[in-house]
Amino acid sequence: MSNAFGPPSGPGSYDAGTGQSTAVYAASNATAAGRTVGGGSAPGGGAGDISTQRVGGLWSDAWHDLRRRPLFVIAGVVIVVILVVAAFPGLFTSKDPTAGNLEFSNEGPSGGAWFGYDLQGYDVYARTIYGARYSIIVGSLATLSTTLFGMAYGVLSAYYGGWLDGLLSRIGDVFLGIPFVLGAIVILTTFNTSNSTVVIVTLVVLSLAVLGWPVPARIMRSSIIQAKGADYVAAARSMGASTPRIIFKHLLPNALAPSLVYATISLGAFIGAEATLSYLGIGLRSPVVSWGVMISDSQRYLRVAPHSLLFPALFLVVTVLAFVMMGDAVREALDPKLR
Amino acid sequence: MGRYVLRRLLQMIPVFLGTTFLIYYLVNAVPGDPLAGKCGERPCPPAFIAKYRAEYNLDDNVFVQYVKYLGNLLHGDFGQTLSGRPITDIITTAYPTTLKLATVAIAIEILVGITAGVLTGLGRGGFIDNLVLVSTLLLIALPVFVVGFLLQFFVNIKLGIGSPTVSSGAPISELLIPGFVLASASLAYATRITRTSTVGNKGADYVRTATAKGLPRRRVVGIHLLRNSLIPVVTFIGTDFGGLMGGAIVTEGIFNINGIGREVYRAIVTKEVVTVVGLVVVLVLVYLLANLVVDVLYAALDPRIRYE
Amino acid sequence: MNFRGKNGSAPATPVAGPSVAPGGRLLDVEDLHVEFRTRDGVAKVLNGVSYHLDAGETLAVLGESGSGKSVTAQTVMGILDVPPGAITGGQIRFKGQDMLTMTEEQRRLIRGDGIAMVFQDALSALNPVFTVGFQIAEQFRVRRGMSRKDSTARAIELLDQVKIPNPARRVKEYPHQFSGGMRQRVMIAMSLALDPEVLIADEPTTALDVTVQAQIMDLLKEIQRERQMGMILITHDLGVVADVADRIAVMYAGRIVEQAEVHDLYANPCHPYTIALLESIPRVDLKGQKLVSISGLPPNLINTPGGCAFHPRCRMARDECLTRTPPLLELAPGRLSACLFAEKLHHSEEVVSGG
Repeated sequence: MSNAFGPPSGPGSYDAGTGQSTAVYAASNATAAGRTVGGGSAPGGGAGDISTQRVGGLWSDAWHDLRRRPLFVIAGVVIVVILVVAAFPGLFTSKDPTAGNLEFSNEGPSGGAWFGYDLQGYDVYARTIYGARYSIIVGSLATLSTTLFGMAYGVLSAYYGGWLDGLLSRIGDVFLGIPFVLGAIVILTTFNTSNSTVVIVTLVVLSLAVLGWPVPARIMRSSIIQAKGADYVAAARSMGASTPRIIFKHLLPNALAPSLVYATISLGAFIGAEATLSYLGIGLRSPVVSWGVMISDSQRYLRVAPHSLLFPALFLVVTVLAFVMMGDAVREALDPKLR
Repeated sequence: MGRYVLRRLLQMIPVFLGTTFLIYYLVNAVPGDPLAGKCGERPCPPAFIAKYRAEYNLDDNVFVQYVKYLGNLLHGDFGQTLSGRPITDIITTAYPTTLKLATVAIAIEILVGITAGVLTGLGRGGFIDNLVLVSTLLLIALPVFVVGFLLQFFVNIKLGIGSPTVSSGAPISELLIPGFVLASASLAYATRITRTSTVGNKGADYVRTATAKGLPRRRVVGIHLLRNSLIPVVTFIGTDFGGLMGGAIVTEGIFNINGIGREVYRAIVTKEVVTVVGLVVVLVLVYLLANLVVDVLYAALDPRIRYE
Repeated sequence: MNFRGKNGSAPATPVAGPSVAPGGRLLDVEDLHVEFRTRDGVAKVLNGVSYHLDAGETLAVLGESGSGKSVTAQTVMGILDVPPGAITGGQIRFKGQDMLTMTEEQRRLIRGDGIAMVFQDALSALNPVFTVGFQIAEQFRVRRGMSRKDSTARAIELLDQVKIPNPARRVKEYPHQFSGGMRQRVMIAMSLALDPEVLIADEPTTALDVTVQAQIMDLLKEIQRERQMGMILITHDLGVVADVADRIAVMYAGRIVEQAEVHDLYANPCHPYTIALLESIPRVDLKGQKLVSISGLPPNLINTPGGCAFHPRCRMARDECLTRTPPLLELAPGRLSACLFAEKLHHSEEVVSGG
């Protein structure tokens, strides 16, 4: 229920995994059954009849492919720059983002202050630079927690199946049923009463994570179910491999790609979500500096001082775009059908 | 088929209970006295407090409260706001507006998203394809409130087309831009899903068969390819409908639309617990029903699906 | 024989020439060259393929996967994926007219009506979301302008002709509801809808159970005799062609390496590759002996060996085979072989057996 905002529910070709599961699986079962009746699968042949054997696995192939994609390279460079800015903002500005000088209130860009000043006389450039840090922290922590939890949940659900799968899937549905923005507003208005930066950041991350985990869980579940049916898993099991060995050695490496792609894209989406919550006035807030906080603070003065909204918005969009582009490029590289 | 629908309906019940309880619990955990400020500057008279607490079972624990609340729901009683307005009243005035907005958004997704997806899927790698790809990335990357501000600023204010706020009747013409804003991210996904499935099916054997049968290209593409490629996007858009209803809160805020999102937001801010829960209950119901419809639709679209 | 022009989009001029008398020439493939341009380089999949087909005869095209037999058929049908495929030379004449110089619309009208095709894997070749009746009947509706009702009636007739039980009920079913053999019958019925003069069957039995394979082969044979069609049967299985085919063309690495009447080929193969193929057929009279297989791998088409493409796997190879590409020589009327030692093999009059 998060489409208007928040993490995407179905990026490109992996949508089958996140869509309405029961029907989709019924479809693939039906197809598989049809094939068996048809008397075994057909051997190669078809279009090319050429046997171009390619060396190297999926990942090295994908890497080879990725390095030649301009979108991937651009996204990668942007992400590295943003990460450096977030880690060492002091390298890019010597000004204090929280030292306001009302003399300069809403003054436009100039040689001394490239991005101008906002209402409080804060240096917009310095604040934009320092704002990267919390946007990235919130995005990364939310992605890390949803991905790890979601993956473990999905593996558990798919590997054991049966009633446990049913129960876990329904619990996931419960959380998916909560509208994303509404849920976040409720959680944050309920608990977000502290003024400590650490508490505020933790709460924002938690609210994103609580509402965001079911999607990666579904993606993982469906890719594990797919991998579980493969012959090499049956072979490993018949040779007496232990459960952890089957999961970590055989299932995970083959089911990881969609989850990683989703994680990359959702990192961007969470940064955008953080900004939306701050914009609504319930996410991060002063003294914390983030792009969302800056946009929220300056939205009312859009006509007087558009620069104080424009620059943080630009950085926000470029950063989110870089992660989305990166995820998209990886997905295309990993999906042999799209070649 | 009937049994499948029944089973799905039964499966919906625990999900519905879980989601609404979660919301009920969270909203009730909002600290602060719900009656603060309700009786002007003075604290409320004890008799009023007692009556209020009794009416909403505030002295029971949260589970009992929730069960009693559900009991009332079954009778169609959503309760009242603190000022005595029945919540069903808010529902009947606010829902049609949001429904209209979501419908406009879905229409835009279908018209623009599917057309763009099919066209780019057919002519893969061309200029139009790259243009559409970049714009979908941009739409996905831009948070809804940024898209909203930009369109409101440039289209409504700078170009003077339409009005930046939607008037009370919410006529369709005024909902076009808010509808696009609400649909923006989903529109991008719908485009990409259509494109991906068109590209994937373009090389399918049955498309080749259709060509080998000597059918005109427009029939090969328009009937054989399209019918298969639309399956995933139709299900995506169907599922999205419930999401759009619940996600309209930001869009409604920007364009000043008196829909469900604004009502919920207002109720959360003023700690109108009963209102929040009542409105969200209906949202969850719409979402779950939309999902059910999609599942049933899926079978109509893809005959290979069997319902066990 | 040709009922074209009934639907609005058909051009006024008839595309296919005069109808052909029994035994007349239907199809001529001449010196066809096709390349696939892949990321790893240019694969030369067809290097001058020539064959012909007369009305009422069955030509079997034989070869391993990668030999180019399917690509030839797809090029004839005009359903080659371009790109990556590219036709770099040659002619394909249908009843004397070069199809490669026709307009796309003219070619389209030959498809289904002049030349039709049966594909290998009927499950993927049939559209999963339409009933088989719809898929057969749409040809009548689109190409013949027939009504929905009439075209469905014709579809039921066709299903009956390919011996599908209870056709009136099954016409409303979807491909996945059929068994493999029945699905291939549907495929055949579909290809026969417009009464084609040439039927290309691309490994029609490969995807089927062995027990069903014979039934489908018999059906194809019967239909071909009844309708006096020209049929091209593509296969990698020498065992199935003996009863069905009149002539056999053996392909290797994108070339025809041998062509002969079916009995001549079995009695006196004139190319070492054909000999090896014949030896690899399991035989009941040699029960207990080790099965012979052709050593080595099919050639890499991106980097084909110089000289005769078969030399790395040929037990008769001499030094000159590495440098000289053997031309396809006519040994006797209707007998062709592309081997430097073809004459010698032709006169040996005896199957070279054992190794």
